[in-house]
Amino acid sequence: MTAKSGKAFGILVTFCALFLFWLLLSGHFDTFHLTAGIICSAIVALISHDLLVKGKGEKMLLKSFRFVIYLGWELWQILLANFDVAYRVLHPKMPIDPRIIEFETSVRSDFALVTLANSITLTPGTITILVDREKGKFWVHAIAKKPADALLVDKTMQKKVADVYMEG
Amino acid sequence: MVEIIEIIVMIFLAAGIFFMFTGVVGLLRLPDFYTRLHATGKCDTLGEVLIIAGLLLYHLFHYPETPLVPVKLLFLIIFIFLANPTATHAIMKAAYNTGVKPWKKGDARM
Repeated sequence: MTAKSGKAFGILVTFCALFLFWLLLSGHFDTFHLTAGIICSAIVALISHDLLVKGKGEKMLLKSFRFVIYLGWELWQILLANFDVAYRVLHPKMPIDPRIIEFETSVRSDFALVTLANSITLTPGTITILVDREKGKFWVHAIAKKPADALLVDKTMQKKVADVYMEG
Repeated sequence: MVEIIEIIVMIFLAAGIFFMFTGVVGLLRLPDFYTRLHATGKCDTLGEVLIIAGLLLYHLFHYPETPLVPVKLLFLIIFIFLANPTATHAIMKAAYNTGVKPWKKGDARM
């Protein structure tokens, strides 16, 4: 895909997403609201298309599909995370042993780093503190030894995210 | 049919309130800044999402003539899932950069 057609593709995708969003939020389908929506979406799409679709859109569909599957697993992890926190908070002795851990990953792109950082924050007992973009290094605060080991030893989440964005 | 939906809605709301409650208990009981963020950052996300999901179901079956309201609630859920961990991370980073000392096992409560 050339740079020019890639740019047009980015503008088109952004425009469609924005206009769909406009329709769903407004709920009015008369001429005035539709025209206003088209004009607004077009202006925003022209100015900020590179925010949503970065340059080359290669394998976008496949990545989106893998991402949806990953979301299912992630939702289950969020449920586990909340039961984990509820258990630790409501237990009379509060079984916590907080620590800060560091590890490096193979992912580099912005989307992959954001996904991984937010996933770490949402899953049991861990919150991302800092991310180094160049080295793919993460500083994570873990509430006990077990969730820390899940990131340091098993590395399930890092593998899954790297798999979704094909940056293994 | 409507009775079953009402029961499901109530389960969603009750679960949401339970998780918000644990979030508050955690905020009060846990020893330091970082561990308190664990309680509020996670429990708030699921608590809010469950409550909104309950409202979404309720609206969908009681007021089917305005189907756009559930869609807007769905948008709210998506934005909470994106914004909540990001905000938690931002607060955490600010505390870490300004040198708030993390609590270790065995320390006295702050």
